[in-house]
Amino acid sequence: MNLAVEGGVVGSAPQAGSHEFDAAKTRTQGQLVLRRFLRHRLAMVSLGVFVFLVLFAFLGPFLWTYDYEDVTSKSYQPMSGAHPLGTTQVGKDMLALLMRGTAYSLQIALIVAALATVIGVTFGALAGYLRGFVDTALMRLVDLLLIIPQIAVAAIVVKGFSGSWYVVALVLAAFAWMQIARITRGETLSLAQREFVEAARACGASTPRIIFKHLVPNMIGSITVNATLAIAAAVLTEAALSFLGLGVQPPDTSLGVIVLENYGQFLNRPWLFWGPFIVLVSLSLAVNFIGDGLRDAFDPRQTKVRA
Amino acid sequence: MIRYIIRRLLISVPILLIGSFACYVLVATAGNPLAEMRFRPGVTEADIKAAEISLGLDQPVVVRYWNWLIGFLSGDWGQSIALGQAKTAVFPAVTDALWTTGRLVIGAELLALTLGVAVGVLAAVRQYSIFDYLATSTAFLMFSMPIFCVAVIVKNYGIQFNNVLESMGLDRWLTTAGPRPGGFTGSFGEVVFKYTGTFLLPTVALMLISFAAYSRFERASMLEILHSDFVRTARAKGISQGRVVFRHAFRNALIPVATLFSLNFGAVLSGAIITETVFGWSGMGTLLVNSVRQFDPPMLMGWLAVTATLIVLFNLIADIVYGVLDPRIRLG
Repeated sequence: MNLAVEGGVVGSAPQAGSHEFDAAKTRTQGQLVLRRFLRHRLAMVSLGVFVFLVLFAFLGPFLWTYDYEDVTSKSYQPMSGAHPLGTTQVGKDMLALLMRGTAYSLQIALIVAALATVIGVTFGALAGYLRGFVDTALMRLVDLLLIIPQIAVAAIVVKGFSGSWYVVALVLAAFAWMQIARITRGETLSLAQREFVEAARACGASTPRIIFKHLVPNMIGSITVNATLAIAAAVLTEAALSFLGLGVQPPDTSLGVIVLENYGQFLNRPWLFWGPFIVLVSLSLAVNFIGDGLRDAFDPRQTKVRA
Repeated sequence: MIRYIIRRLLISVPILLIGSFACYVLVATAGNPLAEMRFRPGVTEADIKAAEISLGLDQPVVVRYWNWLIGFLSGDWGQSIALGQAKTAVFPAVTDALWTTGRLVIGAELLALTLGVAVGVLAAVRQYSIFDYLATSTAFLMFSMPIFCVAVIVKNYGIQFNNVLESMGLDRWLTTAGPRPGGFTGSFGEVVFKYTGTFLLPTVALMLISFAAYSRFERASMLEILHSDFVRTARAKGISQGRVVFRHAFRNALIPVATLFSLNFGAVLSGAIITETVFGWSGMGTLLVNSVRQFDPPMLMGWLAVTATLIVLFNLIADIVYGVLDPRIRLG
């Protein structure tokens, strides 16, 4: 481990610990983490990209001339001043469509990540803290969900109920919480053995209080990191599902739907493919990099050794 | 070991039963396979009633599940009930699709594993070299890449490559619309030519995606082992670098990757579904998409049962492989 740490401080990532102590200024754990995160260049650039995409998706429609539902009379316009990314077959403005699609993809991904985190942390912490029956039941449930392909279940639910974005979000969340639950369970198992938990219990703290006041704050690092990674995963899963025609249904749109409707034009009108492609990739890359930056900020010992 | 395998198999049985029941309830509540029938002209209430009874839809879900289960276990997987289609049996449809997908996936996965491990080991041994940065950032990029976009890009560059071939007066080589039915005929050279042309693009698309995961994983586990005490001891004894890397480190670093390889099955399957759709192969992906669109419960149940069983089997294989490769892990 020591070797790894020495290797770790070579790169551009912030040096943890030593010089921050030299500053002789007391900082809280949170301030330290924030400082490390703010100094993580790649993560900051990614945060900028992410904020830009959020503004593009939610503020853009107010500024841009066309609405995603507007059908102009001009089919398959090339890139021009009036339509920077051209128009689709039915004459919709691609830029307006992209704003709407990004907004939907973001909405879905954020809700999936939020639900998955809440469910995963609650279940994982309960299982790890209570052990015994609760633990067994949870792990069996995870086993059960792992053997059923998510893509099939999501497709059946969307077909049977509706292709509204919140249905898609709920199905994706139903499969996304397991990873977080496992990690939380693992950390809870070791944290629950520590003296401060024993002390809390001796003082008569209730189980929910121990879990949410004493255990969860100690795991906030890995929870935040995994929530971020869950956003990236949700963006890609939603897009894949919609691309198969089994997710968000037209006239609603998402980045996956836009690619599905336009990828046939790859050779003749490449901008119709590359536009949504670049938005999709920069969204998932940015979120992944932010997650990486957060991981480095919360646990500087891991810097550069992980894959 | 054998006792462990038997026990694991026995544990899998209730999981598979509960899983298939959950799937059955889901499929049963998700839609009515006769819904479309109501909109067709000349269909009376009595016709619908008769169809319901012939499909057993008037019975409670538990009874229907029981009948399905008995049928499934005795090899009678039922008939497709999608309207407007000849009644196809579920069993051959699913096994054919599985064979198509299997041929594609096995080659792509083995290639991805070999390449991923090679790149991962090199990146770990030459840590922080240009090669390492290149490999790590490529893997990171591929990891954040939507699978269907990779497939679309690969497919379209394949088409352009074909156009170049044609403009040079050669035959179009790469197939972008699925394998031709009836297999490959002609002389040996022709068969090889057609075979590679058919498989190359989807294999590359599928491989690129898995490759990222394997190389990242192999690099991480190799790095961890290269920094461990027993490797330092081996170096201290004066063993050559090559011997340390391949004899001592590499073998141990393969263990987690071998597990990932067998556990990755679910992810590979969904990757295959997308790749197949883009390249027009009629495998498991196309079967799923069509059965969902036409809402065909017997076909969906056959599909779900086969994939669930396969995933359970692969998980078991992963555990056994782990136990065989690493004797420190006691199965039991």
